[in-house]
Amino acid sequence: MKFTIKVWRQKNRTDAGRMAEYAVDGITPDMSFLEMMDQLNEQLIKAGEEPVAFDHDCREGICGSCNMMINGQAHGPERGATTCQVHMRSFRDGDRLVVEPWRAAAFPVIRDLVVDRSAFDRVIQSGGFVGVNTGGTPDGNAVPIPKVDQDRAMDAAQCIGCGACVAACPNASAMLFLSAKVGHLGALPQGQPERKARVKTMVAAHDREGFGHCTNIGECEAACPKEISTEFIMQLNRDYITSALSAVVRG
Amino acid sequence: MKLESKVPTGSLPDKWTEYKKHQKLVNPANKRKYSVIVVGTGLAGSSAAATLAELGYEVRAFCFQDSPRRAHSIAAQGGINAAKNYQNDGDSVWRLFYDTIKGGDFRAREANVHRLAEVSVSIIDQCAAQGVPFAREYGGLLDNRSFGGAQVSRTFYCRGQTGQQLLLGAYQALSRQISYGAVKMFSRTEMLDLVVIDGKARGIVTRNLETGKVESHSADAVVLATGGYSNAFYLSTNAVGCNVTATYRAHKRGALFANPCYTQIHPTCIPVSGDHQSKLTLMSESLRNDGRVWVPKNPADIGKHPTQVPDAERDYFLERLYPSYGNLAPRDVSSRGAKRVCDEGRGVGAGGRGVYLDFAEAIKRKTKPKVEALYGNLFDMYQRITGENGYDQPMRIYPALHYTMGGLWVDYELMSNVEGLFVVGEANFSDHGANRLGASALMQGLADGYFVLPYTLTRYFADVKTDRKPVDHPEFKRHEEEVLTGVKKLLSIKGKKTTTEFHREAGKLIWDNVGMSRTKQSCEQTVARMKELRAEFWENVNVPGSHDNLNQALERAGRVADFLEFGELLALDALTREESCGGHFREEYQYPDGEAKRDDEHFIHAAAWEYQGGDKTPLRHQEPMNYETVKPSVRSYK
Repeated sequence: MKFTIKVWRQKNRTDAGRMAEYAVDGITPDMSFLEMMDQLNEQLIKAGEEPVAFDHDCREGICGSCNMMINGQAHGPERGATTCQVHMRSFRDGDRLVVEPWRAAAFPVIRDLVVDRSAFDRVIQSGGFVGVNTGGTPDGNAVPIPKVDQDRAMDAAQCIGCGACVAACPNASAMLFLSAKVGHLGALPQGQPERKARVKTMVAAHDREGFGHCTNIGECEAACPKEISTEFIMQLNRDYITSALSAVVRG
Repeated sequence: MKLESKVPTGSLPDKWTEYKKHQKLVNPANKRKYSVIVVGTGLAGSSAAATLAELGYEVRAFCFQDSPRRAHSIAAQGGINAAKNYQNDGDSVWRLFYDTIKGGDFRAREANVHRLAEVSVSIIDQCAAQGVPFAREYGGLLDNRSFGGAQVSRTFYCRGQTGQQLLLGAYQALSRQISYGAVKMFSRTEMLDLVVIDGKARGIVTRNLETGKVESHSADAVVLATGGYSNAFYLSTNAVGCNVTATYRAHKRGALFANPCYTQIHPTCIPVSGDHQSKLTLMSESLRNDGRVWVPKNPADIGKHPTQVPDAERDYFLERLYPSYGNLAPRDVSSRGAKRVCDEGRGVGAGGRGVYLDFAEAIKRKTKPKVEALYGNLFDMYQRITGENGYDQPMRIYPALHYTMGGLWVDYELMSNVEGLFVVGEANFSDHGANRLGASALMQGLADGYFVLPYTLTRYFADVKTDRKPVDHPEFKRHEEEVLTGVKKLLSIKGKKTTTEFHREAGKLIWDNVGMSRTKQSCEQTVARMKELRAEFWENVNVPGSHDNLNQALERAGRVADFLEFGELLALDALTREESCGGHFREEYQYPDGEAKRDDEHFIHAAAWEYQGGDKTPLRHQEPMNYETVKPSVRSYK
């Protein structure tokens, strides 16, 4: 298979950046999208050019490193998949593929397709945890948890922090990411003591990082490789209001 | 060199308890005077950094990924073992200990393994308290599944994403400490050297991967939690970024590397589809709970659609060869079984390198929704990669490199032979012997980080005064200079071959010659060829770009350069271990039925290699594995 790859090139944070076009040949349908990019990079190195920088690591859809807009879609055309899980059989021979980095004020471009997603880490640091130290915890079976609650927690906890929800959202909102953590911990008894404070501090951190507000567009759910439901955003809103109406909430 | 394991005296079950009872402590007010560097933020690194910060030490943590949450522990699917005996099926600390020792083919240190089994129960409690969503029964209690090498159900899991959920638990604990200012986090920062002054580890030299800035960090102790070296084989199930650089460079500064030939080949991976392949994907071993492994009895049937091969014409070879463990035989045993039937010409799929993993019977017995609930995401993953549906036809699997049991040598306190340098998780050598059982890696990583290192590091600090060297100390400056020179050297060669080409070639060499089975000749060839490849690399590699910005080709070149040296050490270790044990299978040493033949008389020891500089052959030291309690026996799963 042959493709024309139109890809974003940007030297560093301050460079203006531009689109560049390259041709790749000899691609097989079983190759992953990133293996196609590897081949492009090998080709560029041989030609004396610098390869296209992109984040990737596990290449099996779980680490959340890879992040490309392919033809305007976060993580490309496949539903419930990360960029590394997209295979070239999803495209037609001869296609022109436009590859861009995540676009959001809170995710500045570092180089080419690599963006700075440390804002997500700071949102988690603002309260996305259960405040227990190591040791002295009760037996794992001391607190029975109804299976439905556990399943709900797990549905939310699957978030891999890739940022596709932000990239897909016209407002560059990170509400799906945020609600996944609030929803995960809020569904479990262990998360209850800090529930009201958590939602408050995390929403504040989200806003501080420059993510936009949610206007119920739903692009995030469609782009999410783990197919996390926007129901968690509803839950987040409910928790936020409850927290706001509570008399005393730390944080 | 005498390797002092520092295993406490006393009876095996009491060693750890006694150690903790009598160990010296550091007063809370003094703890903040001690500083610790933790490199790597997988299960071992994150849990260690968080816990040490909770205790009050000043912690700095480093990872090369853009966020600590992305470390490769995240990819572990199946589960984590713990001797909880929640299933009332006869489990106990002793049994977990014994299974792990036996699984490791009697090449692990007894006292370390017993401690691991003891603290396993606390890990589950800790993680549940953090909000890790472990699978539960309808009554609300924790669920378990069974895993290879065990006859009890002791594996806790979170759907097919156990590693991710455990890592998020540790990452969140770490994030909490970062928010308190107790941990300073350095992401996109790679450790490129260890600084040893007066025989003590005093800090590290790092390169900021975004700016290229090389700088030093000084501390009272350095903890390496940098994972394994599977990517020496190029194709493995490890993340593409996993590397041996931190541990190998520490090795070059004096830390002994133990048992590098102990590598684990995982039986349930998706087979290679072509030369473009950049990595392999593992499907959890938990699939072997319900999937049945087979190949056609008759090589003439390998081209047939699997559903067209009648049951009587199938060879369920694991069930045939190992009736009491069947499809749940340990990983090394299962992998070699698959290789054997493929070598006989009965392998299926591309290149005849695959065996079937069949769920038809499980679907009939349990119903499809139940199978879906248990393994749904694994079936999805398989379909996404191969384009085939695992419910309608059997999956195809083949073994692949997955985990490495060898690592830097550590004593009972997890300290290497270099004072002040601690090594935890997959990066050390101590707990899995020659083979690791399923669901034990997560257990070891978290055991080391949450419950072992916080005690042993405290004991170490109790004996030493804080003595941080300034980063403008001449030794730090010298190391920085060397790192920068190395980086610039890579960029200056401007040869014809890319780093990936070298890596692929070296990886194939090691896989073919020092992979699932090894011979004296294949190991010798590898040692010789690695030297040539290395010489060629330093003359003919083409690394584009510059060193003062984000340059992924440069990062990779540094890691591959280390693999090219390390690969030789791996082959040398395999050459000198003249026996078969666990994941190390030397064709010369086997029983008539093809099972691994150990030589306890000569090789019941860990081989710890000392770097000698340049192309000089490293020195092989031995630490005898003293089995005081267990009597090593032939490891049989029949």
